[in-house]
Amino acid sequence: MDKLMMYFEYPFVRYALIVGVLISLCSSLLGVTLVLKRFSFIGDGLSHVAFGAIAIASVTGVSNEMIVVLPVTVISAVLLLNSSGKAKIRGDAAIAMISVGALAFGYLLMNVFSASSNLSGDVCTTLFGSTSILTLNPTDVWMCIVLSVIVIAIFIVFYNKIFAVTFDENFAKAVGTKSDLYNLMIAIIIAVIIVLAMNLVGSLLISALVIFPALSAMRLFKSFKSVTVFSAIFSVSCALVGMVVSILGGTPVGSTIVAVDVFAFAVCYLVGRITGRGN
Amino acid sequence: MSLIKAENLSAGYDSDTIIEGINFTVNEGDYLYIVGENGSGKTTLMKTILGLLPPLSGEIVFGDGLNSKEIGYLPQHTPVQKDFPASVWEIVLSGCQSRCGIRPFYNKKEKAIANENIRKMGMTDLKNRCYRELSGGQQQRVLLARALCATGKLILLDEPVAGLDPMVTLDMYRLISDLNKSGITVIMISHDVAAAAKYASHILHIGDMVFFGTNEEYRQSKIGKYFLMQGEMLGEISNDGKKEAK
Repeated sequence: MDKLMMYFEYPFVRYALIVGVLISLCSSLLGVTLVLKRFSFIGDGLSHVAFGAIAIASVTGVSNEMIVVLPVTVISAVLLLNSSGKAKIRGDAAIAMISVGALAFGYLLMNVFSASSNLSGDVCTTLFGSTSILTLNPTDVWMCIVLSVIVIAIFIVFYNKIFAVTFDENFAKAVGTKSDLYNLMIAIIIAVIIVLAMNLVGSLLISALVIFPALSAMRLFKSFKSVTVFSAIFSVSCALVGMVVSILGGTPVGSTIVAVDVFAFAVCYLVGRITGRGN
Repeated sequence: MSLIKAENLSAGYDSDTIIEGINFTVNEGDYLYIVGENGSGKTTLMKTILGLLPPLSGEIVFGDGLNSKEIGYLPQHTPVQKDFPASVWEIVLSGCQSRCGIRPFYNKKEKAIANENIRKMGMTDLKNRCYRELSGGQQQRVLLARALCATGKLILLDEPVAGLDPMVTLDMYRLISDLNKSGITVIMISHDVAAAAKYASHILHIGDMVFFGTNEEYRQSKIGKYFLMQGEMLGEISNDGKKEAK
């Protein structure tokens, strides 16, 4: 405990905790919608796109990666979520295609043009989350806070519409709700969350932050509201526990958080089974 | 002035015309059945009525202050809904989404409307239950309550008894019939010609042959006789089958 208190003295630890909590909160909000729309893997696909974009940014020497990464990811998200209705290559296949394609090109670029001497270290960092969560500067933290607040505010304001569009798009369209617009909005929010979350857990593990809270909550709760609230609490608690464990134990931040998520999901699953709530 | 009047309507996707030359009118208080075999274009016609597809030619005119956004629509189930965690209350309330417009939250009046429709469907006790745990018939009642939240005038039902067992089907038909008697205009998409002849006030038959008229006219028409007789024969065959099985 003393050790923990000592760590809290350092600003970078406090930054990491603030960012961790915000990111886990944001990523859990739309998890329910994504899981239900059968887009569980979209986090994975988009984060690989973001990985590719980071590779491009670092190769071309753009100083602030965000300038490249955010727009590229947003565009991919819009294409993926919007095309699913009519495109020839559908949902899961399109995600898989874009995901591995971007991953391959990203690594290729980094490998061929890299200026860094520690290539595998760089790649590993981007894929599995880095210690960079512990090296955040105040600008990063503020940016994260601003984006998170925007995401959370949009989610709350459009909560009822998101529910309507997720539950029954045909009905929503028939009564005049602009479901295409809301789908677009969901896509953009997802992309922003993914880019934010890459700092925390890296691009390979992002899906975990999106789907585990939603799946765990769905084992225990039965209304959309309670599922959403519980997944937010679940996600934030797991992120906090994961970060504290990783600070104390010196384990990698991203994988520790995901490990805690998996463990907590197992607990929820068992509780659901025993109480008969999750059918 | 009729609620809906379709004149020489053709519907389909872009260059692909699925149905053409459709004429019908729906007046207040009507109970219109749209019947036809699978692939005859029932769903396409329905989407055109709802304004989800633009008509390829001809037109649909809405009268009596109705517009296509005020049609209470009961769609078929989607796979997403099978494991969707949502309470009856949340779903019925979402029927008020068009009343809400761009306002983010539902107000008291809309909540009262939702409550009233839940009561009408006899679902008050199940208000906080999870949708996916309900029986097929109960789920249809929830969706019907939601459709009623979107409208006070006209509901459009897409195969509302698909997958329900005979008792529940009968129940559902009665419920819809009662709604119609209480003054709500009903358009029902179905392939159950026998039920159409029993409940409908008007019938629109689409497919290779097109017919529109009152129930009585349909039963006297060639096409109506043909399909009703076929239905009876099929019924007898399946009844015979059951007898033999016993």
